[in-house]
Amino acid sequence: MTDDDRVFKALADPTRRLLLDRLFERDGRTLTELESGLEMTRFGVMKHLRVLEDADLVVTRRSGREKLHFLNPVPIRLIHDRWIDKYRERQVSALADLKHELEQEDTA
Amino acid sequence: MTTGTETRVTTQVYRVYIKALPQAIWDAITKREWTERYGYAAPVEYDLRPGGRFRAFSTDAMKAAREQMGGPPAPDVIGDGEVLELDPPRRLVQTWRMLMDPETAAEGFTRLTYEIADTGHGVTKLTVTHELEGAPRLASFLSGAMEDVGAGGGWSWTLSDLKSLLETGSSFHDA
Repeated sequence: MTDDDRVFKALADPTRRLLLDRLFERDGRTLTELESGLEMTRFGVMKHLRVLEDADLVVTRRSGREKLHFLNPVPIRLIHDRWIDKYRERQVSALADLKHELEQEDTA
Repeated sequence: MTTGTETRVTTQVYRVYIKALPQAIWDAITKREWTERYGYAAPVEYDLRPGGRFRAFSTDAMKAAREQMGGPPAPDVIGDGEVLELDPPRRLVQTWRMLMDPETAAEGFTRLTYEIADTGHGVTKLTVTHELEGAPRLASFLSGAMEDVGAGGGWSWTLSDLKSLLETGSSFHDA
């Protein structure tokens, strides 16, 4: 699997997106904090976090005896910069072409 | 809520894998001829020894953008700090203060750690940990939350551009 595949796979699950949203609201949480309020076993949450870590969307750091989870936005940024910007550029250039065409007609 | 909980909230962690040698990444962080080519493109000056001074300078483009936004003129030195620990090309710990505007300058020094780890196969893992206690405005800027008002995309934008520069030889600045 490529890096992009891992990110898309990790994002293709509502629980994992919810975990990322929780970290976006407040970063650097423990497993215990992340699993609270989720209708899922601790083991289930750990499995989801493992997928997010494999995709580098979550990075963990030790702080004393605690393992803290941080949201790493860089993989999403990479997809944004490589894919979404590319399509946006195309739209913009299509509009620029249209403007050029219309203005040509005006002067013709 | 304990103080420990509050502290951890203010730390930002960013990680990116780059097809480049650790030394190339070290150079891209510490040498002005590289820092001028990606992200905010600010030339830097590092005295690479513990206690050594770090400074980042404004560019003509930054000064022009600032003028256009109607803000106060960009200062010549936009960031400063002190090298705390270094182990080239693997680890650099420094203090970091942004002087771009009076509010961020008043937030004072933050702690920034670069960790560069060779994973084999010519791929290097770069982890940036920025401890932003007491610097909410700087934290917001670095998270990219102020991108829409022309403040750039913060760390993730900078690191995406660094990856692009080192892997393809071109960055957003060359586009």
